[in-house]
Amino acid sequence: MSLSEEQVTQIAYLARLTLSDAELKDNTKDLNAILGLAEQLGAIETDDIEPMAHPLHMTQRLRADVVTEQDHSDLFQSIAPKTGNKHYLVPTVIE
Amino acid sequence: MEWETVIGLEIHAQLSTKSKIFSSASTEFGQAPNSQACAVDLGLPGVLPVLNVEAVNKAIKFGLAVNAHINQRNIFDRKNYFYPDLPKGYQISQMDLPIVGEGEIEITVGDNTKVVGVTRAHLEEDAGKSVHDMFNEYTAVDLNRAGTPLLEIVSEPDMRSAKEAVAYAKKIHALVQYIGICDGNMQEGSFRCDANVSLRPMGQEKLGTRAELKNINSFKFLERAINLEVERQQDILEEGGQVVQETRLYDAVKHETRSMRSKEEANDYRYFPDPDLLPVEITDELMALIKSSLPELPVEKKARFIAELGLNEYDADVLTSQKSLADYFEIMLKNNQDNAKLCANWVMGELSAMLNKNQLEIEQSLVSAQDLSQLIVRIGDDTISGKIAKDVFKAMWEGEGSADQIIESKGLKQMTDTGAIEAIVDEIIANNSPQVEQFKSGNEKILGFFVGQAMKVTQGKANPKLLNQLLRDKLS
Repeated sequence: MSLSEEQVTQIAYLARLTLSDAELKDNTKDLNAILGLAEQLGAIETDDIEPMAHPLHMTQRLRADVVTEQDHSDLFQSIAPKTGNKHYLVPTVIE
Repeated sequence: MEWETVIGLEIHAQLSTKSKIFSSASTEFGQAPNSQACAVDLGLPGVLPVLNVEAVNKAIKFGLAVNAHINQRNIFDRKNYFYPDLPKGYQISQMDLPIVGEGEIEITVGDNTKVVGVTRAHLEEDAGKSVHDMFNEYTAVDLNRAGTPLLEIVSEPDMRSAKEAVAYAKKIHALVQYIGICDGNMQEGSFRCDANVSLRPMGQEKLGTRAELKNINSFKFLERAINLEVERQQDILEEGGQVVQETRLYDAVKHETRSMRSKEEANDYRYFPDPDLLPVEITDELMALIKSSLPELPVEKKARFIAELGLNEYDADVLTSQKSLADYFEIMLKNNQDNAKLCANWVMGELSAMLNKNQLEIEQSLVSAQDLSQLIVRIGDDTISGKIAKDVFKAMWEGEGSADQIIESKGLKQMTDTGAIEAIVDEIIANNSPQVEQFKSGNEKILGFFVGQAMKVTQGKANPKLLNQLLRDKLS
């Protein structure tokens, strides 16, 4: 499997990255090298192996349903680029 | 050409937990903007999501209630897209191994009952809320809702009409309230529906291209939006065109659906397992515990109403269609064990009509189940007639007191004194000889005239059974 420059352009768009022509070429090459490395797995018989969802062989600990958080919105909003009426403000999103 | 409509629904039910799915911030509705968005909900660096046990329990509860397979090992994935109300740039959801697998639910439309498949139900976090009309040049974001636990319930494309889709949505709506996992409040967005709608030539197996309808916040709008979309697609297909796969927004005010272009390009969500969360394992013990804690399900309640109370299928169906309605009815039953049908008639008749007229839900009824049950007791023991009871009910609704107080203060007690009624009947017969002749010549209907006269004199208080009996005896 290898990625075309068009596919990498699309991935870059989804990640909101702007790539110059040179960067596009470099990234395509690098990504294909990584995919090539992963492709070595194709040589191994994996039919009976359950895909791993996490590298740690542990299961999720669960939390009791209790509210312990306080309102720190003033602190959080002090680092936001823009706020108003206790809201975070962003450039208008048009639907 | 004849077309077949194919509908599948995606329902987002907000799980009624106190805290969020991955943080200990409150989920309470209607609080000051961003006052309940903590560092985890904001996706600040260095935070770690920790799963809420109640969200897991409630999801299992739903799965068991629809006879679904529960994936005792399930996994959380990241769904990646950019939007201002999604601070992390991804939503934690479940893709390959959802907590609830295939299940089913039975729906009834008219006389037809069918089974609709539930494909899956998975846990995920809600996004925040974008407010577009607060500022001219900005979109305002309130992240209080971010991280609220949702159960997304996905159906098979098994529905064939808007009516079936509504019946399914209502069934799920009732079920989540019965089992206490969601408050079902559609105005507050606790229960939301998206509909996937497509058409195909009748008899064809392959599904047509679908459009996804969003922004539907009532059952009425669900039906309207689907019917509108079916018309739109039929027009396109019959002109030889092709339906485009897209997301469309339903606008209830303009009564139209329109394309949401922004969603099209974002279709590639690049799911991958969330490295912050380990696989969830559900033990057999927990499954058994939750199973034993399940309350009576609507379908079981309906069967019991029919078998034990002798209600007909229709009444039992209506009364179990909402948990609040069934609860109200069952409180009334406590004092009226032998008058279940009468209780059912009153809940579905007078009470429902009054609620509709005042645009109230049953929870907001001005007459409590306890109070209404007292009124039924008085009908049952012949203190008042059913007709007088309607007036008493109106007075109760107006806050004039309990059934007994109103009956007493207005002197509405039924006349059961045979002698007194007899005297009145004699007088009416003496004064209306033409009508007496008509009755004697076989006009049975004229009896109603005499009943009316007697009721007028007694202000409706004559015991109807006694009155009818006396009239028949005297006239023949």
